[in-house]
Amino acid sequence: MQYVVVGAGPAGVVAAETLRKVDPAGAVTLIGGEPEPPYSRMAIPYMLTGKVGEDGTHLRPAAGHYDARGITVINDRVARVDPATKTVVTESGASHAYDRLLLATGSHPVRPPVPGLDLPGVHHCWTLADARAIAEKATEGRHVVQMGAGFIGCIIMESLWERGVKLSVIETADRMVPRMMDTRGGAMIKQWCANKDIDVHTSASVTAVEPNPAGPGDKLVRLSDGTGIDADLVVVATGVHAYTEFLDGTGIQVDRGIVVDDHMRTTVPDIYAAGDCAQGRDFSTGGYDVHAIQPTAVEHGRTAAMNMAGIDVAYQGSLIMNVLDTVGLITCSFGRWDGVPGGDTARVVDEGAYRYMCLQFDGDVLVGALSLGRTDHMGVVRGLIQNRTRLGPWKQRLMEDPNRVMDAYVSLSQVAGT
Amino acid sequence: MQKSLHIDPGKCTGCLQCEMACSYDNEGAFNPSKSRIKVFAFHDEGRFVPYTCTQCDEAWCMQACPVDAISVDAATGAKVVSDARCVGCKVCTIACPFGTINYNADTGKVVKCDLCEGDPACATACPTDAITFIDANWTGLERMRAWAAKTDSGAQASA
Ligand SMILES: Cc1cc2nc3c(=O)[nH]c(=O)nc-3n(C[C@H](O)[C@H](O)[C@H](O)COP(=O)(O)OP(=O)(O)OC[C@H]3O[C@@H](n4cnc5c(N)ncnc54)[C@H](O)[C@@H]3O)c2cc1C
Repeated sequence: MQYVVVGAGPAGVVAAETLRKVDPAGAVTLIGGEPEPPYSRMAIPYMLTGKVGEDGTHLRPAAGHYDARGITVINDRVARVDPATKTVVTESGASHAYDRLLLATGSHPVRPPVPGLDLPGVHHCWTLADARAIAEKATEGRHVVQMGAGFIGCIIMESLWERGVKLSVIETADRMVPRMMDTRGGAMIKQWCANKDIDVHTSASVTAVEPNPAGPGDKLVRLSDGTGIDADLVVVATGVHAYTEFLDGTGIQVDRGIVVDDHMRTTVPDIYAAGDCAQGRDFSTGGYDVHAIQPTAVEHGRTAAMNMAGIDVAYQGSLIMNVLDTVGLITCSFGRWDGVPGGDTARVVDEGAYRYMCLQFDGDVLVGALSLGRTDHMGVVRGLIQNRTRLGPWKQRLMEDPNRVMDAYVSLSQVAGT
Repeated sequence: MQKSLHIDPGKCTGCLQCEMACSYDNEGAFNPSKSRIKVFAFHDEGRFVPYTCTQCDEAWCMQACPVDAISVDAATGAKVVSDARCVGCKVCTIACPFGTINYNADTGKVVKCDLCEGDPACATACPTDAITFIDANWTGLERMRAWAAKTDSGAQASA
């Protein structure tokens, strides 16, 4: 069996390794579109802060890791897929035949239609190449404007801040991290950032980036309210979308991402999809959606690989979950943190101490959570949600004090008959 | 035969010797807040429950790690964090459904039980045998195994 995996991020690498494990005789080829060893995008912020070197972003640092497993790694971009002849063709002109193909091409950053984003010194923060360019310009005292304060934007923001730049952040939504934090939590994060001398603008958009030879900074960033902000560097973090353009004309159905069933199969035989590019099953809603997070990419990769190798595994769906460190303030969100119709909500907030905990219930089952200012044992929130644990008497206790979530878990899992 | 920690909450008196020993052994200070094993107290029921990582087969922490910073110690079977590689992204802390890998803001890294290289300080310190280190077959891990199986999104069980 000839397996071809396109995309050398976490979804692709985990899939290739799983294929090797479950089909020792199969031939496994991993094609990555960047001139790097397979790496993890989410380690880039830590390279920018100097916590690790570039090799610290590599998914599998051990020398000879892929060779030792008989995984052929090719650095080339796939230009098109031809399901009729079961081949993929790369930009260098090479063609690779497959029996089973996995698409794990991730997502691409979105460039909003703002004039001036083609000027030098305007970058996404998505690839190692982007990170190198940012590292060169984001030096102490330089003026940096970041567009977007979503989940990934906030992570990048922290690494820019640690590099000692003068930082402004512009977010069009009415709060920071709008897709993982409610209004109250978003406001607390904004205040926290202000205390750290980060200039955060919410409900504001960038209308243009203009050259500004007079300085300081060689660019001027214009906002919708007329403000102008000096910039040496503009970082664009305004969202991502599944990368699927190269599939046009293949018959592979694409919606918000590549459409897959609960076996990670696309609409074309013998072609599977996994990770950020796939619209996979969502645990919380039972529907299909793009999650674009690391844990989902890994689960997708493994599930797709097992099915490709003929082991029937139905995917129960991934739970959307995030943990975010915004210049030292740690927040988490899980599942239906915004609640479900007819469900109950428990909240406890201490704004002065930057602590907030919010649990969402459907009956006596936990379905979502937000936390701010705590990290201890937060994994059990995942366990309780994904097990659909009946909380029984603990529902009321958690309504009274949502911080007791670990007590609830230990009692329900370790102490029989409580 | 690999050994694992066996916890019998019925024997725990809540003396916290395990937390002291763990923090002293691993962090160099008697500081229960830094302990990797925690005793949970349920005063209404008069119960104490020591709780730590079971080194589960699924190893969600290890699977979720984006930089290969968690690996299996071949001798003990423990899932061990490499401080040199951990970037402190905390994804493992929300991926572990048992809540037994946690972030240490002082070091910027995550910490979890590593079985003290095969001689767990908590078990040695426990005066009532509520925590013992015995052949893996004998530890009543089934409760947690069942829990693990239920959390599985379908992908872990058979690979
Ligand atoms: C700065 C930053 C911080 C992040 N932080 C977090 C976080 O804290 N937590 C979290 O859960 N997630 C985080 N993420 C998101 C996380 O990195 C992604 O969800 C994850 O990388 C998705 O994995 P993937 O394998 O699906 O795609 P990717 O990692 O994007 O990998 C896709 C691969 O496909 C290749 N490729 C694309 N097109 C082609 C082609 N035509 N031919 C060949 N190869 C191709 C790419 O080069 C790449 O190797 C972060 C992302 C960024 C950028």
